[in-house]
Amino acid sequence: MSILRAILSGDPPRGRPLALVLTAIFVGLAFAPLLFPGIGALNVAAKICYFVVLAASYDLLLGYTGVVSFAHTMFFGIGGYGAGLALYDLGPSWSSILIGTGAALLVAIALALVIGLFSLRVRAIFFAMITLAVANAFSILASQLSSFTGGEDGCTFRLPELLRPGFRLVAGPFAISGRLISYYLVFFAALILFLLMLRIVNSPFGRVLQAIRENEFRAEALGYRTMVYRSIGNCLAAAAAALAGVLSALWLRYTGPAVTLSFDIMLDILLMVVIGGMGTLYGAVIGATIFVLAETYLQSLMAALNHATEGLPLLPLLFHPDRWLLWLGVLFVLSVYFFPAGIVGGLQKRR
Amino acid sequence: MTTRVEQALPPRRRDLAPILLVPLVALAALPLVGSLSTWVTLTLAGLAMGMIIFIIASGLTLVFGLMDVLNFGHGAFISIGAYTAAVLAPSLSGLIRADSLALNLIALLALIALAMAVTGVLGYAFERIIIMPVYRQHLKQILVTIGGLIVAEQIIIAVFGPVLIVLPLPTAFRGSLVFGDIAIERYRLIAVVVGLVIFAAMVLILDRTRIGLLIRAGVENGEMVEALGYHIRRLFAGVFIAGSALAGLGGVMWGFYREALTPGMGMDVMVLVFIVVVIGGLGSVGGCFIGSLLVAVVANYTGFLAPKLALGSNILLMALILLWRSRGLYPVAKR
Repeated sequence: MSILRAILSGDPPRGRPLALVLTAIFVGLAFAPLLFPGIGALNVAAKICYFVVLAASYDLLLGYTGVVSFAHTMFFGIGGYGAGLALYDLGPSWSSILIGTGAALLVAIALALVIGLFSLRVRAIFFAMITLAVANAFSILASQLSSFTGGEDGCTFRLPELLRPGFRLVAGPFAISGRLISYYLVFFAALILFLLMLRIVNSPFGRVLQAIRENEFRAEALGYRTMVYRSIGNCLAAAAAALAGVLSALWLRYTGPAVTLSFDIMLDILLMVVIGGMGTLYGAVIGATIFVLAETYLQSLMAALNHATEGLPLLPLLFHPDRWLLWLGVLFVLSVYFFPAGIVGGLQKRR
Repeated sequence: MTTRVEQALPPRRRDLAPILLVPLVALAALPLVGSLSTWVTLTLAGLAMGMIIFIIASGLTLVFGLMDVLNFGHGAFISIGAYTAAVLAPSLSGLIRADSLALNLIALLALIALAMAVTGVLGYAFERIIIMPVYRQHLKQILVTIGGLIVAEQIIIAVFGPVLIVLPLPTAFRGSLVFGDIAIERYRLIAVVVGLVIFAAMVLILDRTRIGLLIRAGVENGEMVEALGYHIRRLFAGVFIAGSALAGLGGVMWGFYREALTPGMGMDVMVLVFIVVVIGGLGSVGGCFIGSLLVAVVANYTGFLAPKLALGSNILLMALILLWRSRGLYPVAKR
């Protein structure tokens, strides 16, 4: 048990229901290829993996640092484009993945630093508006520079031999395909990144961030340079988001504005973190899992409701399968008011 | 005590530097553009565009400056205003299609009044239901109003579908006026008039009327105003209704300018609104006005001189202004 505690940085999930849910998610993801056969299910599992990292890194900002950023998809996109363009331009090799990831990390951290210097020193509310403007400009830039980024269409690239779907490490009935290797690469990378972030928020540095969130003035009076801490937190979150972008690019073998940079994804992350529970990284795990599952499976439920309410005024329109975001939006507003600790808060209380 | 009160208060210092910024930028651009007539056309078009941006942004800065509420849902009211106009326009098609400036203006004013009424009522509901529980909590305000924006946008899609809706410009507003080599679109002239009226009305109401006095006093010290027997909550609800109605007005003007509506149009234009408000100083009406003009004029010049740069010109301008004054041109003193 003490090893497990150490792995979880001394911050295990509090409460049995929460621990059970998290264990179920972990087991489900770890054995996804066995438990849920089929390409579609594996896609969902991989998407959950990299969105857990993305949502957790956003929680570093929203939940732990107490600032709202709208540029998180930009960093996600920088990661995706970094790995994708390196693989496309330099050929499908492991070294191009490394070069792309390194370059993406550098760009993401530098950009986060500049944005932070402009906006964090004044007030958190500026930060929200400025990140929104910068992220918007970045996504327009990415679609405009079509000779470099592939524009709106994005860019499809090939992976190293080992990760290609056609590759077979072991043939026969228990085949280990390149797709399976890719999945476990994404899974373990996401796991390590998540544990690393858990370590960061439970370090003395993470405690200072929380102190600033709770009472900036008092933290400053205690002698902490709040601006420096916030900037570092911002850069760490940006770096983690960029790495999540790399994972998504490796899994999708594609990168483009629609899957990385769009404002819709930014809203998705926001919904994940708030519905799961702000200020606890486990909330990001639960939020990301629920959201990706809802995105995939809620639509069929709503199609049924749409069918059932046929003939009534307006209701069928609201239950149209494409309107699932409407209901998540309502859930989002309600959870900000009534469950600021999100689903995790609810699970913890029932101890 | 012999000192008179008037002497005890130092006169308000006038800060003119930001006001000079627009003319200075325009003058600096003249040698770069070269041709005088092109420069005049660019400048006039830019100033008019700035007026439209100001109309859209004014409600947001008003609500923030007076209530300390950052309303991301502002974008939803912009869309709703534009869609209201699109829904009602067919029933006024006689007035809109007529080739008479007077009839067209009546149609425009009627659409504006109806759109403002709709967004004003919705704004009241929004303030009561969404914003009231989160006064003085910025983080939650941003989250909750974003949630409201998502829900509103989805409802618009549910009702009108995700498709583009056409909102044709009234006949007499089409085309341009040409003076020699200088051309200016007629609709932009109308936008200038509307923008100036809004700006003047906002400044006059806040500076010269009793209501404005009470609102400003409420911003300074709400408890004291309540102790004097005024319902500060009612005042602030009124401010929010005004802010939402201004968003609706902005939506109508913006919708006619683009002549096509999409459910996401409010959110799209919010980026520009935020840039303008950050440049002007969050919460300042005058700053918002100058910021709008500045952004539009600079965008026009860069679009002409270096089209590749035009994309980033807003961000670049914002960065420069924030380097000069880190809280925007006219920071609202208290916050």
